[in-house]
Amino acid sequence: MTNEFAIAVDQSTLEWKLPSSRKVAVLCLILTETCIFSIFVAAYLFYVGKSLSGPTPREVLELPILSTICLLSSSVTILLAERAFNRDRVGTFKLWWLATMVLAAFFLVSTAREWYRLIYQHGLTISTNLFGTTFYSLVGLHATHVVIGLILLTLVFIFSLRGYVTIMHRERLEMLSWYWHFVDAVWVVVFTVVYVIGR
Amino acid sequence: MATQEIAITAATRPGLSLIDRLHGLVVTVDHKKLGLMYIGTALLFLVVAGCMALAIRTQLALPNNDLIGPEVFNRLFTMHGTAMVFLVGMPILAGLGNYLVPLMIGTRDMAFPRLNAFGYWMFLFGGLLLYFSYLGAPGLSGHGSAPDVGWFAYAPLSGKAFSRGHSTDYWILSLLLTSVGTTVSAINVIATALTMRCRGMTLMRMPLFVWMMIVTNFMILLVLPALSAAQIMLLIDRYLGGRFFDSQAGGSAVLWQHFFWIFGHPEVYILIIPGFACVSEIIPVFSRKPIFGYPVMVAATSMIGLISMGVWAHHMFTVGMTSIGNTFFAISTMLVAVPTGIKIFNWLGTLYGGKIRFELPMLFCLAFLFQFLTAGLTGIMLAVVPFDWQLTDSYFVVAHFHYVLIGGLLFAIFAGFYYWYPKAFGRMLNRKLGLWHFWLFAIGFHLTFDTMHFPGLLGMPRRIYTYDAGRGWETLNLITSFGGLVQAAGILCLVVNLLRSLKKGELAGNDPWDAWTLEWATSSPPPEYNFGTTPVVRSRRPLWDLKHPEDPDWKYD
Repeated sequence: MTNEFAIAVDQSTLEWKLPSSRKVAVLCLILTETCIFSIFVAAYLFYVGKSLSGPTPREVLELPILSTICLLSSSVTILLAERAFNRDRVGTFKLWWLATMVLAAFFLVSTAREWYRLIYQHGLTISTNLFGTTFYSLVGLHATHVVIGLILLTLVFIFSLRGYVTIMHRERLEMLSWYWHFVDAVWVVVFTVVYVIGR
Repeated sequence: MATQEIAITAATRPGLSLIDRLHGLVVTVDHKKLGLMYIGTALLFLVVAGCMALAIRTQLALPNNDLIGPEVFNRLFTMHGTAMVFLVGMPILAGLGNYLVPLMIGTRDMAFPRLNAFGYWMFLFGGLLLYFSYLGAPGLSGHGSAPDVGWFAYAPLSGKAFSRGHSTDYWILSLLLTSVGTTVSAINVIATALTMRCRGMTLMRMPLFVWMMIVTNFMILLVLPALSAAQIMLLIDRYLGGRFFDSQAGGSAVLWQHFFWIFGHPEVYILIIPGFACVSEIIPVFSRKPIFGYPVMVAATSMIGLISMGVWAHHMFTVGMTSIGNTFFAISTMLVAVPTGIKIFNWLGTLYGGKIRFELPMLFCLAFLFQFLTAGLTGIMLAVVPFDWQLTDSYFVVAHFHYVLIGGLLFAIFAGFYYWYPKAFGRMLNRKLGLWHFWLFAIGFHLTFDTMHFPGLLGMPRRIYTYDAGRGWETLNLITSFGGLVQAAGILCLVVNLLRSLKKGELAGNDPWDAWTLEWATSSPPPEYNFGTTPVVRSRRPLWDLKHPEDPDWKYD
């Protein structure tokens, strides 16, 4: 009774394929995150050189070359992990996955050391001047995303150690790696804006 | 048709205790229940924020009135504006999208049902947090009450130095919460519409409603982050001593305005496009013609979405931008009128030569067409920089945007209520009460907002809590306030109608309007699984094909 209107047409003639919901949703999430970062980047660029007091970026910022290399190479390791996973090599998968986590953790430790140095040696806090405000907000927003990514990576690692991660979860892992690539790509922009243009 | 009577959703099924029904609402992930919960909650907030508007109008009805003091008045207009935009407009569009998109594309639920429920609860608790500020904001220090910095909370007035206590923090945090809800709901609607369509429903066969929902939700994803980011910066300023908007340390108050309006102006289009969506479904059905210029409608909607993101600084002509900036934003603002005009002509083209049925949804749509056009015209007037210099922050502006949001959006939403209520509850809304609602609300609307333009032209600024006699504003303000009462009477008719028809309305049947889109192919109200067998479509009007096998649409595609 409820569906007397269900419409029947010759089904065989229709080729019907739709994109994956997860992929569309994660792309949308990345889109909206990009917009948040754009506003913070815009604020950073708008205030470059407008601080009324020191310290200035040129005086205190050092290029974080090593941590940048680590973060960018974690994009490669997660790719290798995914590839191993798709070829059903669980041991290799875990190894590359762990490598990704170690690289991410190293990045966070370097950021923490950089902030420690800025705060205790140079007296630059978020309220010191416009540079401090925009620097800690932008880099901090990115670091927050790294932390979230690291938590997710760790969860997957724990699950995989207990054998819960199966081929069923292939697309979920892929989505996590998309997010991770996005976080890395954002770092390229942040690095350029903060350490190259802003210095 | 006997089974129609018992085909009622679990929430209203007789025999369940109140606790069971409430529990059902709390744990539900059904897109139809969540959609109705969104709309129901939004209507509650509409009544609350509407009462605030009545209080404002009572205060302004007479010169030198001291019924409401300046502090309370500031809170009233702030809470009225914030609630109407974030707790009424946004959730109604989320509710309509939730309820209708899966039905229209012939699927059984949203792409992410649990995320959908999460979005609703974030919105609800955000809204409650905003109103809790009346109690919570004074805190230990005793400063502050509800937010009083206006719905755009201009820095530096919203900074710690000028906004003591926690009122602005409540404004920031509650809106951040609702923004999370809105964002996940937007992601969900887009993912559903793009990946869950039934067999044969190509993008260009989707109902225009779904197209417009996609566009409006994409806009949410693109511009809502600007508000969230700006609010996070303001929070950093207020709590960590940041300098973003602190002009003493070189910060810029104008930057806040840019960030806010990068969100704030597209927001108007985010709100009005779902109105367009309702109108685009209703006008064809009651003209007995397919929509005129479907592909052009899709293109025009996308263009509106695109252009509206480059017009924000027309809210800031008086802050001293360069003449190049002013010119750019004046021209881009006028440019939006082009795709909007195309849409109005398409709706008129649909009406032209049609066999028009003056049912309630159609009456609201016709009023929408006329009023939205007028609202657009005053918008173009305000886009002219010298004109704006004269009238910015005056009652002319207030009249303009209320014309857009009430005369345009709210009339379209009401049309949608009368059109889809039979689908959601299985019963028709009462026509006589509906006519009372329509005429009272339309007359009240014109009394209030046609009149409101003139005190603006005569120099009455917005947001003043009282004014002196003898400036020639008295009569106009009295008429404006009286119109508010008439509108309230109209809304009362709607509320009575909505509640009364749940039990006493005429039974609707599956397809009371002889319509063409898929939601009318299932029972009213639809079963939890929507469609017993997933439908297959071959044209834009699947039900027309079904009812007219001798002359189906797909023959002409």
